[in-house]
Amino acid sequence: MEHQVVHREAIGAEPLQPATIIARNVNVFYGAKQALFNVDVDVPRNAITAFIGPSGCGKSTFLRCLNRMNDTIPICKVTGKIMLDGQDIYDPDLDVVELRARVGMVFQKPNPFPKSIYENIAYGPRIHGLTRTKKELDELVEQCLEKAGLLKEVHDRMHEPGTGLSGGQQQRLCIARAIATRPDVILMDEPCSALDPIATAKVEELMDELKENYTIIIVTHSMQQAARVSQRTAFFHLGKLVEVGDTRQIFTNPRDKRTQDYITGRFG
Amino acid sequence: MTVDAPIADGHPLPRLNDPARLRTRYAAEARFRIYGVAALSIAIAFLFGLFASIISNGWSAFLQTKAHVPVYLDPAEIDPDGKRDVSRFGLADYTKLARDALSKAIGLPEKQDKATKRDLKGLLSRAIDVQIRDLVVADPSLIGQTITVPLLAHGDVDSLLKGAIDRSIPEERRQLNDRQLQWIDKLTADGVLKKDFNAGLFAYGASSQPESSGLAVALIGSLFMMLTVALLAVPIGVATAAYLEEFAPKNFWTDLIEVNINNLAAVPSIVFGLLGLAVFINFAGLPRSASLIGGLVLTLMTLPTIIIATRAAIRAVPPSIREAALGVGASKMQTLFHHTLPLAFPGIMTGTIIGLVQALGETAPLLMIGMVAFVVDIPSSVMEPATALPVQIYMWATSAERGFVERTAGATIVLLGFLFVMNAAAVYLRRRFERKW
Repeated sequence: MEHQVVHREAIGAEPLQPATIIARNVNVFYGAKQALFNVDVDVPRNAITAFIGPSGCGKSTFLRCLNRMNDTIPICKVTGKIMLDGQDIYDPDLDVVELRARVGMVFQKPNPFPKSIYENIAYGPRIHGLTRTKKELDELVEQCLEKAGLLKEVHDRMHEPGTGLSGGQQQRLCIARAIATRPDVILMDEPCSALDPIATAKVEELMDELKENYTIIIVTHSMQQAARVSQRTAFFHLGKLVEVGDTRQIFTNPRDKRTQDYITGRFG
Repeated sequence: MTVDAPIADGHPLPRLNDPARLRTRYAAEARFRIYGVAALSIAIAFLFGLFASIISNGWSAFLQTKAHVPVYLDPAEIDPDGKRDVSRFGLADYTKLARDALSKAIGLPEKQDKATKRDLKGLLSRAIDVQIRDLVVADPSLIGQTITVPLLAHGDVDSLLKGAIDRSIPEERRQLNDRQLQWIDKLTADGVLKKDFNAGLFAYGASSQPESSGLAVALIGSLFMMLTVALLAVPIGVATAAYLEEFAPKNFWTDLIEVNINNLAAVPSIVFGLLGLAVFINFAGLPRSASLIGGLVLTLMTLPTIIIATRAAIRAVPPSIREAALGVGASKMQTLFHHTLPLAFPGIMTGTIIGLVQALGETAPLLMIGMVAFVVDIPSSVMEPATALPVQIYMWATSAERGFVERTAGATIVLLGFLFVMNAAAVYLRRRFERKW
């Protein structure tokens, strides 16, 4: 296998906190096919890290390694080490359910449960036993809706189906649902690809606010979005992490020819 | 304006709205529509013919001719010792009491020859003996009184009043002789003989006389079997499907199981009957003809249907819902019970009810395990001999009397009614639970 050169840029203009996720030498196989090759990456705390790259480059696959959603695919095998706050998340003793409560996920297509808005958010806290009384749960649901900027829009229809909201509202509901289990990390897999520009702007604004308290990793096809919202960017190509660094540096002064070609639109 | 511009290989482009081409296409479309309408019409005609035939043959089974005569419960006949001893009541000749009552209603002299007595007796069902005795045993204080009971008329009388016996047939070949016809006409004119709702159809068990045979044993047997199937096949089927769909590893063994479940769904039902005979009766030693065995056999037969329907319903739940649940940290089991199964519920209910409907209409396997028996007493548990609705239809269909022909069609109406209600329930449940959001 060809030796992987990963360009690393020292912390840029904004000082970033130490890494909360550290991945070393991660390889992912779907059966005989290898999807990721020796990925090493550090994800800083309370910042937004964007994974960019052309379709099929492995960025979503890597994202799904971080909360072990790949476990649900029987033929998928992950090797290497991924540490979350110093704990190996592929440790056989680690309970994947606990991990997923700490590493929330927002999917490409808004996927609220076919239940009420209230129930969508209350479900996670309830199964993890995060609240003791109905009042606590009510408060938590309101807090999450407030944080997701949705409370004003839905406060009078909390018990109506979540599937009745608009696409953008549904996605913010999914974000509210993800933060209800009090995670440290939120993974977002192309969260705006099914949304119109106005809804996208709202979600991006929300992400910017959320980064104060959460570590956010976003997979996106839109380089503009990565440039707008993220502090750090990782460029994947053909299953390899080509370059990772400060977002401004990646977009203004990429070190690798392939990064340069991609961000200038020569392929992808 | 049309432009016949030649393209590269020299063929001109077809003209727009070329009348000849349009005509061919429209004709083809019209032909296709006609085929469809014709096919549909044929199907509807057959269905209509079927229902018309069954209903026209069977509606009269819901009416039964009875003789409303005042019967004097003579103490000298029933209780000569005056001891009110219930065991003595069984020895009395109640038919004689009924015959005397009928003779009085016709206005015949008290002294009668044997032939008259026989002809009179021929107007009443043989079941009236038991009918009157049961009344007396239930309430001995009736002895000495005159009571008017609707006495079951003989099946031939019933058939005559329903127009199923031809009066123009010569007397020696007719079921009823000329004198009996006269009596019947007089009694009918007096309002003594009349048709009313045949409650006996749902209250009696097997009988060799059509007028006193009913569906009670078959209804109870079918009910017991449906309960057995619902209690066993539904939980086992749904659990199997959920396990195979959500938990089982995908390997050679699960593939093998899947193929065999699909094969089992195609196995002829009589084979399940043979299996039941070999396993439940010969090996496990359960009592022959019991509705428990019928239920077990039908459970085996219904399981593949329920498993396949449930797997399809589970598979139809969008994967995004599963991901959403797993994403907030629900375990596999929580995901299944909180999200996947509730969403699959309408599909599971539909499959289950279709399975139950199949089981309700199944005859062949029940013949193999001896449920095609002459059962008079209504079973009170699943271990007692019983029959089933379709088997009862089969048994009546093999009898020649006009009364049984009519009951065959009547029982078919009852069976179709049940199937209709169950299918309607399936549709209702599906709508009800799908409309939730």
